[in-house]
Amino acid sequence: MYKIAKKDLSALFHLIADSQELYLPVKTAGQTNFAAWTEDAEVDLDTLKTVKSAKDAFFPQSEGLYTVKKEGKKMSVEPQTLKEQDFVVFGMKACDVKGIEVLDNVFLTDPVDTFYAARRDHGTIVAMACHEPEETCFCKVFGVDAAQPASDVAVWTVGEDLFWKALTEKGETLTAAVKELLSDADEAAVEAEKEAIHKIVEKLPYMNLSLEGWNGDALTEKFDSPIWEELYKPCLACGTCTFVCPTCQCYDIKDYTAGNSVSRYRCWDSCMYSDFTMMAHGNNRTSQMQRFRQRFMHKLVYYPANNDGMYSCVGCGRCVEKCPSALNIVKVVKAFQNQGGEK
Amino acid sequence: MSLENKEFKPKIVAFCCNWCSYAGADLAGSSRLSYPADVKIIRVPCSCRVNPMFILRAFEKGADGVIMCGCHPGDCHYSTGNYYARRRMTLLFSMLDYIGVENGRTRVEWVSAAEGVKFSETMNSFVEKIYSLGENVRLGDLRCKK
Amino acid sequence: MQEVVNRAKELLADGTVARVLGWKAGDLPYNPEPAYFETAEALEDFVYNGFCGANLSKYMIEASKLEGKTLVCLKPCDTYSFNQLIKEHRVDRDKAYIIGVGCKGKLDIERIKKQGIKGIESIEGAEITDAADTLKVHTIYGEKTCAYADAMLERCHVCKGKDHMIYDELIGESKETKDGERFDEVARIEAMSPEEKFAFFQSELSKCIRCNACRNACPACSCRKCVFDSNKFDSSQKANVDTFEEKMFHIIRAFHVAGRCTDCGECSRVCPQGIPLHLFNRKFIKDIDELYGEYQAGEDTESKAPLTNYTFEDAEPSIVGKRG
Repeated sequence: MYKIAKKDLSALFHLIADSQELYLPVKTAGQTNFAAWTEDAEVDLDTLKTVKSAKDAFFPQSEGLYTVKKEGKKMSVEPQTLKEQDFVVFGMKACDVKGIEVLDNVFLTDPVDTFYAARRDHGTIVAMACHEPEETCFCKVFGVDAAQPASDVAVWTVGEDLFWKALTEKGETLTAAVKELLSDADEAAVEAEKEAIHKIVEKLPYMNLSLEGWNGDALTEKFDSPIWEELYKPCLACGTCTFVCPTCQCYDIKDYTAGNSVSRYRCWDSCMYSDFTMMAHGNNRTSQMQRFRQRFMHKLVYYPANNDGMYSCVGCGRCVEKCPSALNIVKVVKAFQNQGGEK
Repeated sequence: MSLENKEFKPKIVAFCCNWCSYAGADLAGSSRLSYPADVKIIRVPCSCRVNPMFILRAFEKGADGVIMCGCHPGDCHYSTGNYYARRRMTLLFSMLDYIGVENGRTRVEWVSAAEGVKFSETMNSFVEKIYSLGENVRLGDLRCKK
Repeated sequence: MQEVVNRAKELLADGTVARVLGWKAGDLPYNPEPAYFETAEALEDFVYNGFCGANLSKYMIEASKLEGKTLVCLKPCDTYSFNQLIKEHRVDRDKAYIIGVGCKGKLDIERIKKQGIKGIESIEGAEITDAADTLKVHTIYGEKTCAYADAMLERCHVCKGKDHMIYDELIGESKETKDGERFDEVARIEAMSPEEKFAFFQSELSKCIRCNACRNACPACSCRKCVFDSNKFDSSQKANVDTFEEKMFHIIRAFHVAGRCTDCGECSRVCPQGIPLHLFNRKFIKDIDELYGEYQAGEDTESKAPLTNYTFEDAEPSIVGKRG
């Protein structure tokens, strides 16, 4: 266990940024999101939840795949180079880290997504424990411990210090690289912080949400339920939930014509959109109810069925905060719980 | 200001309505009046056909300046098209100015079929203006520049 | 808001309306969701408080297609949108029974959280019967207070007025909330140099994640097939590859609703990144007011929209370069 004074953090970032890319929560125009560190970036480690999750660092919103260039009569195909530069993502939370685990199951199983795999290889995650969880958090429901992130390096803020502990080999490598700025520390202060966090977690309104009945076997029963007809009505089909979610992983592949070249790129897609998975014959889901149902069935039934019971939700609460119509996965789970009641 | 900076070749897109300004451009050509080859003319049936997206797309694909030419207000071949176009373009140019795009990059000019001289003079002065403003960096898609 | 609930129950019982479109209590104190109620029991969950910011006119587009009338609760600003939708034949006036609900200003949870208030358990002072001057927030981390005016949505500070433009009956009292001028922010930006303007909009628009919440929440954006949803159009609706795409979407969307936008403020309320989108729409409104005569979309159902109208003496586009 090591520690570093909070006021010395910019020196730490400087040191890391000298040899690798560094991404951390930066406040721009009033909002905090993960961005590349620069000298004058306004680093914001106090905001609990960034608007967009950190999945951007491993699965960017837009990513070039290859470019076809035309020069006279010759055409050349230039594939996008895979990520070769090492980088560190600092300041993710335990829920974000679990989200990456969910994405790993999708992208790193055969056939392996080489773009994602290259980023995972070169990335080191330094995750912060959540000093003051908020009422929209429910990570515990999905087995995430806010006080003990499962990342390469875990850090805790206690008073004026940041405590640092490497949990994996990559974490050890990073720790060795910044050792000169760290000083030895005692585990005791961190234990007290972890307890404090657990106490707060117990008080949060969503922490006792029951996932009973949501698993791979519930497919037909949940799919045919009439409750969806009521639930989906306020949904505006905007896609905000999918873009702020740390586990949503659907993407679209598009071509962009730029005169003398065509670049093929992939970008995040949203199952909320009417042209999602549109094929030559049309769309398989034509109503918003079907699309709404699909999203939550994917997170709570289909994904667990394919991944040994692991859910595709990490309880971060971003959908709770950002949906314009105040819909979210908690309301869906509760609606099915109250099946017997007035709904 | 003379066109000295030969490294920078501005790309200008001109939307010309078929009945007046395109004919005016033809007249400029047959009268052997010169205007820079940087101007690419796109013929539309009426200035009213020009959708604000056309202007933005021209900038996206690398244009440094966009000019729209139509019949004089009151003389539109379709009687009222250019009145609507006038309102539309005023609002669009005002918005572009608002987001920081230099307002010399866009222009509307009413050129009739008999005004070959006016056409070539307009194009010459517009190209010069764009030279002085330089390359369009604020409203372009970088993928088109590579 | 017991009066509204009682009246809704009456109208459901005597068959005047087939359903009620209002808000249902959320599980947190600040997230009521727009909802349909079809029975008197369901109405027990109805709420109307300071957090009901959604503009229900948007949902009326779909509700007009259903059997029977829908009772809809519209705030003063929502009624402008409804009028505009009638003008555009997007809603059926005969399918709506409008209760104009009173409004004392609507609250923005983001503004409350920006004051460092988190771990919220309950909020007092947001009920429609409250005086609407202070909020008491009970949180896991202690008791906090917040002035109502500090927590209000931006649009409430420049409220157009608490008169309903269209209604079948009125319920509930309102309170004036205006304490600013609508075009002040726009004028401030207009006075900047081009570099400053560009830098300002770059920093705001670079946050855009192309989630399309603004488009989907906007009552004026009701095209069945949005131009941005097309595969043939380069500017994809979900990618943000390039600074151009960020700007393109917002300028075009503002242009498409220009002259039809009632300035209801939904776009800015729903944006997850807090981008002040109303600055684009208000710029168009300000220009239209200055150049073509003062016009408020949605005030009535008869007047012609500025962009489908003209006069022989309209200003030339070159006026843009000549103004200060």
